[in-house]
Amino acid sequence: MPEAVIEIRQIVKNFQVGDSTVRALRGVDLTIERGSFVAIMGPSGSGKSTLLNILGCLDRPTSGKYFLGPDDVAEMDDDTLSRVRGKRLGFIFQSYNLIAQLTVIENIQVPLIYQQEDLEEHHDRCVALAKLVGLENRLDHRPNQLSGGQQQRVAIARSLVNEPLMILADEPTGNLDSETEAEVLDILNDLNSEGKTIVMVTHDDAVAQHAHRVIHMKDGVIAREVINEPAIR
Amino acid sequence: MLSSHFLNTVQLAVKSLLMHKLRSGLTMLGIIFGVCSVIAMLAIGEGASYEAQERIKRLGSENIIINSVKPPEDNKQTSQQRNWSVEYGLTYKDVTRIQDTIPSIERVVPLRIIRENIRFDRNQESGQVIGTLPSYREVQSIDLVAGRFLSPTDELNKRTVCVITHNLARQLFPYQDPLESTVRVDDTYYQVIGIVNETGTAEQRPQGQESEGQAIDNNIYIPLSAARTRFGETLITRTSGSFNSERVELHRLIIKMKDSPSVIVGEAQIQHLMNHFHEKNDFELIVPLQLLREAEATKKMFNIVLGSIAAISLLVGGIGIMNIMLATVTERTREIGIRRALGATRKDIITQFLIETIVLSVGGGIIGVILGIIVPIGVEFFTEMQTIITLWSVLLAFGISGLTGVIFGLYPASQAAKLDPIDALRQE
Repeated sequence: MPEAVIEIRQIVKNFQVGDSTVRALRGVDLTIERGSFVAIMGPSGSGKSTLLNILGCLDRPTSGKYFLGPDDVAEMDDDTLSRVRGKRLGFIFQSYNLIAQLTVIENIQVPLIYQQEDLEEHHDRCVALAKLVGLENRLDHRPNQLSGGQQQRVAIARSLVNEPLMILADEPTGNLDSETEAEVLDILNDLNSEGKTIVMVTHDDAVAQHAHRVIHMKDGVIAREVINEPAIR
Repeated sequence: MLSSHFLNTVQLAVKSLLMHKLRSGLTMLGIIFGVCSVIAMLAIGEGASYEAQERIKRLGSENIIINSVKPPEDNKQTSQQRNWSVEYGLTYKDVTRIQDTIPSIERVVPLRIIRENIRFDRNQESGQVIGTLPSYREVQSIDLVAGRFLSPTDELNKRTVCVITHNLARQLFPYQDPLESTVRVDDTYYQVIGIVNETGTAEQRPQGQESEGQAIDNNIYIPLSAARTRFGETLITRTSGSFNSERVELHRLIIKMKDSPSVIVGEAQIQHLMNHFHEKNDFELIVPLQLLREAEATKKMFNIVLGSIAAISLLVGGIGIMNIMLATVTERTREIGIRRALGATRKDIITQFLIETIVLSVGGGIIGVILGIIVPIGVEFFTEMQTIITLWSVLLAFGISGLTGVIFGLYPASQAAKLDPIDALRQE
């Protein structure tokens, strides 16, 4: 059995909205192995985004255990969580989330700044990443000079720059037309076949077909899980 | 590695400030005007009081000056009778009394001051003939430009020699060498033996003498004994149908005390002594040291007022920075969320925002200092008012601007960093 990147046990997440408590996650167990491509699906309000935020260390569970590699993330303080995000995780968001005043190459470099890395040292690698996503000719463009698909590709390059353990994608194709959607999914597929672990939230069945495992969530728990045959992919 | 990280952060801050030129410029404006006004106001205040203080200092801080004053009651008589004669003022007896009774006196120098026309050849200038002793030089700061000052022999022999001020020399002797020449005052010729540069003459005019509006440093110093024999002690003024006579022995006494502390004690003693022998109120006491202290107190007040006005404008500038930073934080919450998601710690965010405000306030401070130096120079150029830019005002202004930047920048920065990454990311 391959090594587990993520192991969560009985994760519960409650939100306090006014006087009432919203139970977004009601005890989720999940193990994700290295090199797998997992899609999380479910209707809105099913807790899929909350789960991804917890997996991405952007949010903390109310209770439960979360092992990222050997460490229990639920026990970590804010600074350690920042370090974990910066070192082990890569993020791709639905709305790209690039920094407006920075150029393509600078956006790719942002995670390195917070790892106190020397930018000069990594410059060639950042250029190579831009090339990987087909933007080597637009290094000095700013996000507002790029199309949505191009912006998302910058975000993918950025998520790879710190050589993360796992890439978390929250509806990565949600804002894209079908053509650019296919481009982005191709890149994700390539990355996965090179061994990257990818966890992706989507509500689109066709997009989810690219993953090995599709986890369907409902009312804060995992309702069912489908293993896609390699042939289908 | 840490320093390169720091450099990166500074670079990032400058870059993000440059992205919003208008916003950054407006923020800096508050600091610029604050710093500029602190420096300029203090420079003008300092300059204004400096001039007054210098003039007082030249009178000598260890000196007590007594002037003869025409008693006020005499003015009434003028209207009643056409011809009158008065006798008032300081006397030679006063000199002896003061010298003999007051302790810790170093020297008493009596002065007779007469307004006269001073002539050489066809040149004529009106000026003050000052009869005094050789020791005058020890109580007043005068620079000998050429020749020598009055000597004891001159005094003893009532010699008709004189020392003239540089200004007078220039006007009377445009082409000749004044030394060894003679000038005529009234009907007497005086040999010029020295030229002095005197700067403290503004306060030297005795009160009650009609010297206002005249050139103030046309002075000619002659031996007191010569003045006494040549001019006598009675000043007679004739106008149509009236005849006035004033009898004044001495117009001024300059009393030099041993040191500054004895000035205050000496003043009271002299006042007491003089009151005893002068029933008419015909003298006035001037204590430069006291004037100096008063001037210093005034200056302090002045500086406090100007300083607080300037400090308020700095504070307003600081609040401006805080407002803009707070607005910026709200506007940039999403960016903060992205940075947090990509591995930035709270400290990283605080550092970034803090550096942005420091760059703003230090940059504004530097521009403000430059403007604050230019403004007083301009004021001096256009108004002939003296201004003095002091180092401490520059440091104070710069320090306060830096401090307001840090203080007012820290709060929004810490607010920005407090956000959970997921909350920051959700902001649209």
